[in-house]
Amino acid sequence: MKKNNQNDSRSNNKSDLLEDSPSNPSRRNLLKGAGLVGAAAVSTIATSHVIAADSANTNSNSTRVAPREALEALTAEEAETLAAICDCLIPSDEHGPGAREARAVHYIDKSLASHNSGSRHNYSVGLNAINEFARKTRGKNFPELLLDQQNSILVAVQTNKISGFIPNGNGFFNMLRSHTIDGTFCDPYYGGNQGFVGWDMLRYPGIRLGASEADVSAGADLLPNHQSAYDHSTYTKLADNSLIDAEGGDDYA
Amino acid sequence: MPKRLAKTDVVIVGMGAAGGVAALPLTNAGLKVIGLEAGGWLSSRDFAPDELRNGSRNWPQSVQKAASEAPTVRATSSDTAIQGGHPMMNAVGGTTMHYWAQSWRLNPWDFKVVSETTRRYGEDRIPEGSTVEDWPFGYEELEPYYDKIEYTVGISGQAGNVEGKKNRLGNIFEGERKREYPMKPLRSSPFTDLMGNAAQSLGWNPFQGPAAITTELFDGRPPCQYHGFCNKGGCHVKAKSSTAFTVIPKAVDTGNLEVVTFARVTQIVVDDNGRVTGVEYIKGSETFFQPADVVLLASYAYENVRLLQLSKSRAFPNGLANNAGQVGQHYMTHHQGAPVTALFDRDLHNWYGLPAQGVAIDEWADDNFDHGDLDFIGGANLWVHTDRKPMSAAKMSTFGETRNWGSDWKAFIMKNADRTNSSYIQKTTLPYEGNYLDLDPVVKDPLGFPVTRITARYRDNEKRIAAFSQEKMEQWYLEAGAIKIVKYGLGNSMGATTHAYGGTRMGLNSETNVVDEWGFSHEAPNLGVLGASVMGSSGSRNPTLTVQALSWRTAEHLVNNWRSIVG
Repeated sequence: MKKNNQNDSRSNNKSDLLEDSPSNPSRRNLLKGAGLVGAAAVSTIATSHVIAADSANTNSNSTRVAPREALEALTAEEAETLAAICDCLIPSDEHGPGAREARAVHYIDKSLASHNSGSRHNYSVGLNAINEFARKTRGKNFPELLLDQQNSILVAVQTNKISGFIPNGNGFFNMLRSHTIDGTFCDPYYGGNQGFVGWDMLRYPGIRLGASEADVSAGADLLPNHQSAYDHSTYTKLADNSLIDAEGGDDYA
Repeated sequence: MPKRLAKTDVVIVGMGAAGGVAALPLTNAGLKVIGLEAGGWLSSRDFAPDELRNGSRNWPQSVQKAASEAPTVRATSSDTAIQGGHPMMNAVGGTTMHYWAQSWRLNPWDFKVVSETTRRYGEDRIPEGSTVEDWPFGYEELEPYYDKIEYTVGISGQAGNVEGKKNRLGNIFEGERKREYPMKPLRSSPFTDLMGNAAQSLGWNPFQGPAAITTELFDGRPPCQYHGFCNKGGCHVKAKSSTAFTVIPKAVDTGNLEVVTFARVTQIVVDDNGRVTGVEYIKGSETFFQPADVVLLASYAYENVRLLQLSKSRAFPNGLANNAGQVGQHYMTHHQGAPVTALFDRDLHNWYGLPAQGVAIDEWADDNFDHGDLDFIGGANLWVHTDRKPMSAAKMSTFGETRNWGSDWKAFIMKNADRTNSSYIQKTTLPYEGNYLDLDPVVKDPLGFPVTRITARYRDNEKRIAAFSQEKMEQWYLEAGAIKIVKYGLGNSMGATTHAYGGTRMGLNSETNVVDEWGFSHEAPNLGVLGASVMGSSGSRNPTLTVQALSWRTAEHLVNNWRSIVG
């Protein structure tokens, strides 16, 4: 079921995917041009599912304007590979949404351009190694494989059966797993845990500035408040946050 | 040449847990004090409830002086030392900004490890190779200073022994105290009640631990709100009694304390007679010399030792106060590892709450039980607490039930996110020959000065306590209804932790100790040292309250003996 959804979303993006070949120079120009349409196309691929779920129309005839969003660190192909891996790690399944809906890839991309910039190269090397192995053994890049095939490759990475990683397969896997969890369960300010799907998944009732004994007793039955730390004006970067344009900030809702 | 500043009475290097406390009795007595701090001032607005920033990205410890000079670590002198992280924080208030704030008194046994062990079990029970000594005084000497800190800084808790009268709601093994805590303990929770009841059915005496956290309006600060972001985070309502919100502002208010922020001290300067004349520090791109009659060294254990070792002079060619070769010796870092983790079959209600909100067992700590048939001395305080966060919940142990990713794993964490708990077991740790701090011959900080090198490992005594206390912890969890248990490894090298002791040990014997019974150098009489680097035994509980009691005592001694110390 999951795979079908994924394939559906990809077929919607078929033209984008074709354009997205690293060997296609026009794609590079498009990225550099970074107009609204180009940025939208990138975000569609990077996070294919969320935007696709949002709209069946991603072609240029659409009247919808996708949110402004860049890939800050990852290449389009890296983002696509990473999205497929995150789908395996925290799947969207019969138990509910996963890393895809939380937009863990969006989080990781942003983090690789900022706090985790030291891991940027490890990601490039590792994601490339996974696709190389997928092509060598299955003739296709990782995202094109069936779920079982993808899972067996990830097991091989985790257990150091495949080479080409920094520091090794297990180390790369652990980093990727850790970042995927961060991107699924972090404060939504950072671009992951969109719509609070991660916190809802764990029945975490949310950040509160105070918790009464009654709150604690209610535990997971407490109504989730769906608030970021930075919904509280105390913690925003500026003392007067009313001047911040809501459109300019990170939309985590 | 450094720019020479106007002379002051006292320079304190470091405005953290120790230096912040010392500033108050000094400035109250009218002494002019300059507090040099490597970090800056923080406010409540800086302490967002943000697990990613605070916990995972280590915001409190990142981008600061300590991180740029983190020690290298190796287990033995034949290993290669690798640079790790630094767990402490540079800020006014230091690590009291983001610590758990557990504020214990040491037990009386901790001051008398050698004599009490010898008396009860015989001299041969001191572990081979240990350099442990009795402290130069007993618990009774420190009691008034513990009391002073509890009432000045603001500690909440439940007394267990007021003037010999035992109260089973508190720690019946604690040393005799003169009065109750100034505030009631943090409240219990469904989980701490569950564990407390289980301990009682085992015949143990559970109690709520003491914390530098308000539980009622105290000194103008509101009570704890239990939102649960203490760990690596400061308090948004100043309920945590960090020195930045308690003693330091009071000292500033006297008009006698000037806090200089972002000052990186590089050298303690000494004259040819071996007397300290002041300190050199860098602020921005300028170097200053701050002359002073007395220098109190109050950075962290690694930095205290390092600054002494870097401060070489004609009088002290091997580093300040190190002519006896004792600086860096008797180092230990508290054995806090080897935890036990439990899985329960019901929600524990731990999404809110804080690390200091817990329940303790002291039956198996120190010498509170008979060691006659055991092969170790000392013991462990067992501690379980509330505090659960979504990212760390998702990274929980899978208890062997599933691989750690995929659909089955996701179902596992969805079910068990609030059903697991990890214990905090603090174990007696002893100093040994071969465990020490020195300057790394290779790794340097950005200024070109060598960083500290840790050479240390846990020995059999620590590992036996770890195994013994894990058995007790498992028994406790199972009694409370745990369905699965994981025990972690017993530990090896003593990397940089928040509980580092020794390196400038306090003792009467100047051949084996750096500072005297008052905290002043045996060799440089107007140099005092504050912090756990003066402690000769770890105890089996958090060090900060003891550090603060010692700091107040050293400062008071300085005030009372100003003329003889200044000379």
